Amino acid sequence: MSVGSFILRRLGLGLIAVLGVSVLVFFNLHMIPGDPVDHLAGGEATADQRDKIAMCMGLQQQGLVDPTLKAPTPMHEQFLAFLGHVVDGTLGRQCPDPKGKPTVMDRVLDVLPHTLTLAVTGMVLAMIMALPLGILAAVRRGSWVDTAATVVSLSGMSMPVMLMGPLLLLWFFVDLGWLPGPTELGFAALVLPAFAIATHLMAMLARMTRSSMVEVLGEDYVRTARAKGLPERTVLAKHALRNAMLPVITVAGLQFGSLLSGAIITEKVFARPGIGLLLLDAISERNYPVVQGCVLVIAAFYVTVNLLVDLAYGLADPRIRRG
Amino acid sequence: MGKGWVERLRLSPSAWVGLAMLGLFLVLGVIGPWIAPYSPHAIDLEGRFQSPGAAHWLGTDKSGVDTLSQLLHGARSALVVSLTVVTICATTGVLIGTAAGYFRGVVDDVLMRIVDILQAFPGILLNIAVVATVAEPGLGVLIAALCINGWVGYARVARGQALSLRERDYVQAARALGASNARIMTRHMIPNLLAPVIVQMTFGFGSVILVEASLSFLGLGPQVDHTWGAMLDQGTTFLWKEGFGYYALVPGLAIAWVVLGANLAGDGLRDRLDPKARKVRG
Repeated sequence: MSVGSFILRRLGLGLIAVLGVSVLVFFNLHMIPGDPVDHLAGGEATADQRDKIAMCMGLQQQGLVDPTLKAPTPMHEQFLAFLGHVVDGTLGRQCPDPKGKPTVMDRVLDVLPHTLTLAVTGMVLAMIMALPLGILAAVRRGSWVDTAATVVSLSGMSMPVMLMGPLLLLWFFVDLGWLPGPTELGFAALVLPAFAIATHLMAMLARMTRSSMVEVLGEDYVRTARAKGLPERTVLAKHALRNAMLPVITVAGLQFGSLLSGAIITEKVFARPGIGLLLLDAISERNYPVVQGCVLVIAAFYVTVNLLVDLAYGLADPRIRRG
Repeated sequence: MGKGWVERLRLSPSAWVGLAMLGLFLVLGVIGPWIAPYSPHAIDLEGRFQSPGAAHWLGTDKSGVDTLSQLLHGARSALVVSLTVVTICATTGVLIGTAAGYFRGVVDDVLMRIVDILQAFPGILLNIAVVATVAEPGLGVLIAALCINGWVGYARVARGQALSLRERDYVQAARALGASNARIMTRHMIPNLLAPVIVQMTFGFGSVILVEASLSFLGLGPQVDHTWGAMLDQGTTFLWKEGFGYYALVPGLAIAWVVLGANLAGDGLRDRLDPKARKVRG
C-alpha cells in the first residue's frame, strides 16, 4: 500500500469515527426529554420570544408559503445544519443572540491553549523522568536499580490522576502553600497538574524505554560497536539509544493524542480552565452546540495526532512497509 | 484441578500480590455493604466533617455520613460494574474476534473495520458522549457506555489467536469430520485462545474501575449509588477544609489499589500464559 492510500484510508476511518460519534451525540442530545429552549428562555419568556430562540437554534422553521406558520425542523435537516457549521468553521452559534456571542469555535479556541500547554508540559516532564529511569534499568538489568525502576513505574501506572491530583494539591497547596491551587492559570499553576499527568505517562514511557533498550542492547550492531572498542558511553548514546527511541517516541505520540480527552479529568480535579472543563460545563448547562463542538475538536485532535505518529514512524524507520 | 495446582501455576510473587489485592477488593465488594458500620444514607448534620475516630474510623463527610461505609458501598458498585463490564466485553470480544479470525474474508473485513473505527476515537470521550447525553444515567447506561468500546481489545486478541488456530491440524480434522462452524469455534478454538484473553481481562478490571470512577467523578454516573468517583468529587471540592483533606485520598487510594492489583496480576499472568509477549518485552 502506498503512503498516499494509507493516509487516505486512515483519514477515512478517522472521519467515520468522528462523524459516527457526532451522530450519536446529536441524536442522544435530541432524545433527552425537556426542551432546550427552556434552558435559554427561562420561565418568563413569551411565546414569541420562545419562537425566536427556537428559530435561532434551528429547531423550528417558517413555512415557505405562509411565514407565520411554524413547524419543527426535521431531525436530518438539523443535523445537516450542524455539519454546515462544522464546514464553515464556527461549529455552531450560541442562541438567543448569535451576533453578540462568540461562536462555539471561538469559545473552544479561547481555552484550547491552556489545555495544550498542560499536555505539552506534562509530556516533556514525563520524558525527562522516564528516559534516564528506563535506560538505567536496561543497562543495569537485573540489578536493584532495575527492580526499583520497575516498582516506580508499576506504581506510577497505577496512580490515577484522581489520586495524584488531590495528593499534590493537599501537599503543595493546602499544607505547604508553595504552589497555586485550583482555578489558577500561569506558570506556577501549571506545575501540579502537569506533574499529575506526568506520573502516569512517565511510568508507561519508562517501561517502554527499558524493554526497547534491552532489546536493542542484544543486537549485533551493539556488539560490533563494543568489539571495535568504542567507549560504552558512545555505544549507549549513539548506537543503542537512537535505535531504541523509535517505539518510545511512538508510544509518547499516541499518548499525546489522548491527553486532550484525558484533560477532562485533570482539569476537573484542578478546576483548571481548558477544553475539558468547557465540555463538562456545557454538559451540565445543556449547551448542545458547545458539547458537540468540544467532542468534535477533541476527537479530531486525537485522530490527527495518531495519523501523524504513524506517518512519522514510517518515515523514521524505512524497514516498515505498510501492508 | 488436582493437588498442588497453586504450585503448578508457577506465578511470580508479584503476581500473587496482585491477585491478593484483587481478591480483597472482591471480598469487600461482596460483603462490604453488610459489614459497613453505618448506612450510607445516615445523614447526621451535627457530626459533619468529623476526623477519623473510634465512632467513625475514617471520619464523616459534609453530610455527616460515615466515610468507611461509603467506601464499602462504593466497593460494591465498583465490583458490580467492573465484573459485568469485563464479562460482557470479554464474551462479545471473543465471539466477534473468533468469528473474524475463523471466517476471514468479508466477515473479518467488516468486523475489523468496526474495531478500527472504535479505536480511532478516544475511549473516554466515547464513554462520556454516551452517559452525558442520556437523560437519567442509571447503572445500565453506565455499563452500556463502558461496553460500547470495551470489547475491542478482546476482539483483537481473540482474532489474532483464531487466525493461527484455524490452521491447526485438530481444527482441520474437526472440519474434515463435518463439524459445524459453530461447533469448531466453541469446542475447538475458543477454549484454546482463552489464555491471552484472561490476561486481558485482568488488566481490564483495572481500566474499567478507572473509567467508572472517572465518569462518576465527573458527575455523569448513576446518581443514586454510592461510588468512589462521587466521593472523590466531594473530596476535591472540600480539599481546603481543615482536617478534611484526607477524605479525597480515600477513594483515590481504593482506585489505585484495584488498578495496581490488576496491573501486577496481569503482568504476572502474561509472563506465565503468554510466552511470546514475554520474549518481545525483553
